Amino acid sequence: MDFNAKIPDGPIEDKWTGHLESIRLVGPRNRPKYKIIVVGSGLSGGATAASLAAMGYKVNCFCFQDSPRRAHSIAAQGGINAAKNYRNDGDSVFRLFMDTQKGGDYRAREANVYRLAQCSTGIIDQAVAQGVPFAREYGGMLANRSFGGVLVQRTFYCRGETGQQLLLGANSSLAEQIRNGGVKMHTRSEMMDLVVVDGRTRGIVYRDLVTGEVRSESADAVVLATGGYCNVYFLSTNAKGCNVTAIWRAYKRGAAMANPNFVQIHPTCIPASGDHQAKLTLMSESLRNDGRIWVPKNQDDQRKPSDIPEEDRYYYLEERYPRFGNLVPRDVAARNAKDVCDSGMGVGSTGYGVYLDFCDAIHEQGEKAVNAKYANLFEMYERITSDDPRHTPMRIYPAPHYTMGGLWVDYNLMTTIPGLFAVGEANFSDHGANRLGASSLMQCLADGYFVLPATIGDYLSRHPSAEISADDQHFKAVEHEVRDRLLKLMSIKGNRSASSLHRQLGKLMIDHCGISRNQQGLEEALRKIPQMKEEFGSQLSVPGSDDQVNQALEHAGRLSDFYDFAELMCRDALHRDESCGCHFREEHQTAEGEALRNDEKFANVSAWQYRGEDNEAELYQESLEFEAAPLAQRNYKT
Amino acid sequence: MKLHLRIWRQKDGSSPGQFGEYDLDGVRDEMSFLEMLDVLNEQLIDGGEEPVAFDSDCREGVCGMCSLVINGKAHGPLAGTTTCQLYMRHFNEGDVVTIEPWRSSAFPVLRDLIVDRSAFDRIMQAGGYVTLHSGPKPEPNSIPIEPEVAEQALDAATCIGCGACVAACPNGSAMLYTAAKVSHLGLLPQGQPERYGRVKKMVDQMDQEGFGACRNYAECEAQCPKEISINFISQMNRDYLKATLSEPVDRRSKMSSQ
Repeated sequence: MDFNAKIPDGPIEDKWTGHLESIRLVGPRNRPKYKIIVVGSGLSGGATAASLAAMGYKVNCFCFQDSPRRAHSIAAQGGINAAKNYRNDGDSVFRLFMDTQKGGDYRAREANVYRLAQCSTGIIDQAVAQGVPFAREYGGMLANRSFGGVLVQRTFYCRGETGQQLLLGANSSLAEQIRNGGVKMHTRSEMMDLVVVDGRTRGIVYRDLVTGEVRSESADAVVLATGGYCNVYFLSTNAKGCNVTAIWRAYKRGAAMANPNFVQIHPTCIPASGDHQAKLTLMSESLRNDGRIWVPKNQDDQRKPSDIPEEDRYYYLEERYPRFGNLVPRDVAARNAKDVCDSGMGVGSTGYGVYLDFCDAIHEQGEKAVNAKYANLFEMYERITSDDPRHTPMRIYPAPHYTMGGLWVDYNLMTTIPGLFAVGEANFSDHGANRLGASSLMQCLADGYFVLPATIGDYLSRHPSAEISADDQHFKAVEHEVRDRLLKLMSIKGNRSASSLHRQLGKLMIDHCGISRNQQGLEEALRKIPQMKEEFGSQLSVPGSDDQVNQALEHAGRLSDFYDFAELMCRDALHRDESCGCHFREEHQTAEGEALRNDEKFANVSAWQYRGEDNEAELYQESLEFEAAPLAQRNYKT
Repeated sequence: MKLHLRIWRQKDGSSPGQFGEYDLDGVRDEMSFLEMLDVLNEQLIDGGEEPVAFDSDCREGVCGMCSLVINGKAHGPLAGTTTCQLYMRHFNEGDVVTIEPWRSSAFPVLRDLIVDRSAFDRIMQAGGYVTLHSGPKPEPNSIPIEPEVAEQALDAATCIGCGACVAACPNGSAMLYTAAKVSHLGLLPQGQPERYGRVKKMVDQMDQEGFGACRNYAECEAQCPKEISINFISQMNRDYLKATLSEPVDRRSKMSSQ
């Protein structure tokens, strides 16, 4: 059976506007009767909650942090794309759409991507109106920078903290709605499960992370804006708290999971320095605008990087990809870094690092100009490594950064469970097999400000608001299950922390389901994950009790879902017997080592459906149509 | 490196707390301060003891979730650095390191080193926004903004809301936080219509939350991990004064006879 994405008819440029004009609306007098839960308060969740409340809906918004402002969108550094064509360099909605499709290696849904490009310009307008202080030129006009994978300058930015400023913008609108009573904010509250009654989503069960109480909230619809699952690798650029639990619980209640193996490994992160490493720090991709990436040509070159003359340096991206040079898409950059390090040319104590050098940029533009663009990134790097990148080249290495996979959603962003929606990184929809830089902020805000507030009305208008009490037996039953799961974790009483078990799982996943994958490795991972899960079930130690702040318990709960999820990821990677974007199956590559797609068999979305604890997940497919942007081999070389 | 750690332990908001003493061996220069605590916690958990509860999330110095008063300084000894970005190379063999939560009556302790900073969110909710709905907005280049002004606004908006200013202040004042939030919008054209109402509402909320008064100690600026300038406080004071002097005229009231 195939999944129907409910894509509107008509030419691609009219689909969204036509859809907006034809979907059913909920009138302003009826909106306050509907209760909507938004889980997550980052760019997509915060924007959704604020937008819905401003329309008049009653919103309950949840986040596990102590304030909605701390969601991990805040850490996005580089910028946000929009097809404004302010540089007069030939940009357009169509070109942004094409770049995103091509960057995603044709594994995204055309209609969604086109809509994203259409919404992009409105996001900048919205953000500026909120008071987001984007960089300006001398005349007061908005400034732009370049980003990887494209030939136009369409990225808007606030120094190296664009995510923080956009989130503060969304957060300020959320604050306004909290003040007005449209949003009730639940901080330090983690979603533990989804409640589905008679086939419709009716609420969530959550844990108050301060008192440990397990409680329910009911609603007419639930929106998951819970971000990505990169922490399945233990080491990633995600915040420590990022996890898969919310979307995994939704999956277990019937929502299909799409393309879970699609994980972006970001090419420019600070390499790990030892076992104590808690997370990896990203250095914005924007650095590739001015930094040149190289490794010493001679494997045993012990000289200081600045003492190595030009002829002994291998600028491998510039040599291999003359047209895009250091600005090739992320997956290409990451794979090439691994490639040169695997062949022994890597730098740093572990041999897994390459240089990102600003000497030429400083020489050409002056230190002041380069500082103006990257000072905060340079300082951050220096704090961590004690090297000043203005004098010593940065050492970088790829790290898991973003997950293109997520809950399957139709054109209205609704999952396969009626009334359950997914926005932002939590859904799978817009980035195909690889996301271009500065596109995640764009997608989160397009979903949150413009798409979901319109499409959710279509669902709600077909289902009259009907109060269901959180005391209902369905809620009580799920609460009971949640408490049982927590008690089970507490009762193992082994002698290993969740961190040490998690590190072990992460190592397995990065080795076998990371930058490149092959059948043998994936099968080995599928054999080992159940063993690791068993170890978890017998060795886990969770001290303390469940009626208080218990961070060890929080971590253990998230980790237990990561085991099951890791299995599905590997199964998905094994099934997709082709290479595309981030998913590089070593068995399928061109003579030049590029990803080789199999469009005949895999021009589709893999959507996995849960079929019970004792059965394997069932695979469904949504076939992808390519009308506006015909399939083509990606080529960043000429 | 071997360290002796004195860490504040407190079961919850209603229980008394005390310092716990821990010797930690094998601390390496390239560990962050929080990774050092992770190592301690792993050892505690492996032994079935309750780990030290502390807040952290992004560990990149931008989410503002991490805190800690380290040897009497908010976010530790390094200027312009959050605890998650503080590295152990700044400590020495045998150091005694005292670790406490933010100390302020407006930030009650929830457990160990975790405090409740929701007062900050309530200050934001009092007026830290431009009132608007999502939807079509004016073309942004139709309102040019001098780059210098945009930069100043960003200097204020770079505040991560961690609360170090309150923890650093002998009076527990939240003036730097509130001033940063007020100034960010007050500097930009988009923030002008609500400028004076906003400052009044946010400062009033700040007072209600029980933060102390500003006495110009400037400890907030010195310990702010984002090095936000205390000049924003002067800016806010000027706006606040204007706001209180220009209470809106009641257009409908009758003139009272003299």
